[in-house]
Amino acid sequence: MDIVVCVKRVPTTDTPIKIAADGKSFDPTGVKFELNAYDEFALEQALRIKEQLNAGSVTVVTLGPKAAEKELRDALARGADKAVLLSTEQWVSDSWACAQALHSWLKTVKCDVVLCGKQAVDADNNQLPSRLAAMLGFGCVTEVAKLTLENGTFTAERDIEGAREVLTCKAPAVLSCNKGLNEPRRASLKGIMAAKAKPYSEVPAQLPEPAMAIVSLTLPPARAAGRILGTGADAVPALIAALRNEAKAL
Amino acid sequence: MSNIVVVAEVRAGKLKRPSLEAVAAGLQLAAQNGGKVIAVAVGSGLDAAGADLQKSGAHQVVLIDAPGFANFSGDAYARIVTEQCKKHAPAAVLMAHTAMGKDLLPRVAAALDAGLVTDVVAVGFQGGKFTAQKPVFAGKATLHVQATRSPFLATLRPNNFEAKSGGPATIEKIAAEAGNLLSVVKEVIAAAQDRVPLQEAKVVVAGGRGLKDPEQFKILEGLAAAFGPGVAAVGASRAVVDAGWRPHREQVGQTGKVVSPTLYFAIGISGAIQHLAGMRTARTIVAINKDADAPIFKVADYGIVGDAFEIVPALTKAIAALTASK
Repeated sequence: MDIVVCVKRVPTTDTPIKIAADGKSFDPTGVKFELNAYDEFALEQALRIKEQLNAGSVTVVTLGPKAAEKELRDALARGADKAVLLSTEQWVSDSWACAQALHSWLKTVKCDVVLCGKQAVDADNNQLPSRLAAMLGFGCVTEVAKLTLENGTFTAERDIEGAREVLTCKAPAVLSCNKGLNEPRRASLKGIMAAKAKPYSEVPAQLPEPAMAIVSLTLPPARAAGRILGTGADAVPALIAALRNEAKAL
Repeated sequence: MSNIVVVAEVRAGKLKRPSLEAVAAGLQLAAQNGGKVIAVAVGSGLDAAGADLQKSGAHQVVLIDAPGFANFSGDAYARIVTEQCKKHAPAAVLMAHTAMGKDLLPRVAAALDAGLVTDVVAVGFQGGKFTAQKPVFAGKATLHVQATRSPFLATLRPNNFEAKSGGPATIEKIAAEAGNLLSVVKEVIAAAQDRVPLQEAKVVVAGGRGLKDPEQFKILEGLAAAFGPGVAAVGASRAVVDAGWRPHREQVGQTGKVVSPTLYFAIGISGAIQHLAGMRTARTIVAINKDADAPIFKVADYGIVGDAFEIVPALTKAIAALTASK
């Protein structure tokens, strides 16, 4: 199976977001970046499928800035065979445009399975995987929390509201990965050395104008300061009174 | 024409509440752009859900009811919904941002070659263009967008639009077949009956590392139960999910769920920035923590400093008494 893993470089989750001068994007000054957390599960699953079948390839692709080479090299060090950067210096928040760019590249490569994180934790769109599947005519299961592969058929489990769905799907398929799917490996020293010799290519992204144009990016209003009602169980009556009479929450 | 299609979600014959909120958002847009709201439901055994939709304020209800649609199938549902969209040529297509909505609407968007904005908390129609607001970075910022392509598609965050009533709307039943499926649901394993999904819960009782031991989450389950059946859900911080104390479906925050309940209890949770992102839109926040300097107290409306093992049982007793008196 030839597997493509779509990844994104995003600000780390402990980063406070500041608005850039244009009022439409975040200010990257002082921001640390990392591989999107959900993409870690996608990459790990791709490596496990390749190990299970003892055949095929894992190509990791991102739509992102040149600086994303760091995350791609890390993916190579963990075991991916090949990395492709579809380069753009813009912050891409529009999934329609992102899907166009990825799709036009995917058409040029041999691919049986596309693995993605369920969403990138910057724009939090959670729409690229099933959109891409529909464009490719592939089967698709989103938010996969457990996955097995037997005789060419995937069995996937995913959490829905109040239940867990068990699905089957054959390749070609797009699978989007949720937390809990696996325990991602770290790069070994040997892997880091080997990554230096692996194919790495960079092509400009074929990125159209967004379908959802950004008007502005704003910070949410700060919550008004609350108050400490007291210490220990003695404060419970005061809390109940405040929740009933003030907050009207009970 | 500037119709608004709202894709309603029916699971096991029941119309999901966030679909009524999506109809309400559709009505808001229709009032601004002068169109009709057409609610479309796909499933099997849709009579009860259809009757609920007729009273939702929608102008027209379309049911695609066939045994082959008993379980959700992304590709089959997408094909049917796309057909309905082509038939009604809507200016906008809306659906709730649920597991089904997140899976389905991007496929419809692909088929219509349209833009889609997800997890939306506000929609508008200004100067002939649709606009939307959505939280990004798990709520650390809000993105305001304007659609440049037509139709405009959006999935709407539950608990953000108030459901309306009206009607009765006209109802139309359409025959269809599910056809060949690329992915097939084999089984749906229901969670315990009394457990309300985290994102639909009116009250969330969340715990963190301050509880010291996974066993101690029992006191949070007790507090959640004190609100009565179907009201409260238990949530967890990333630290305790990563430690394996609680399942990922309970995680609140970035890389977990973003929740906006009426009432949120943060118990033994210090308030890391990625956690605050996931619960800051709760209407009322209560923090219980030993450390008076914990960042959680900066976003909480009410705080109690002290030992959760002493405070939570007292609180549970008081809430249970209130629930019993209702």
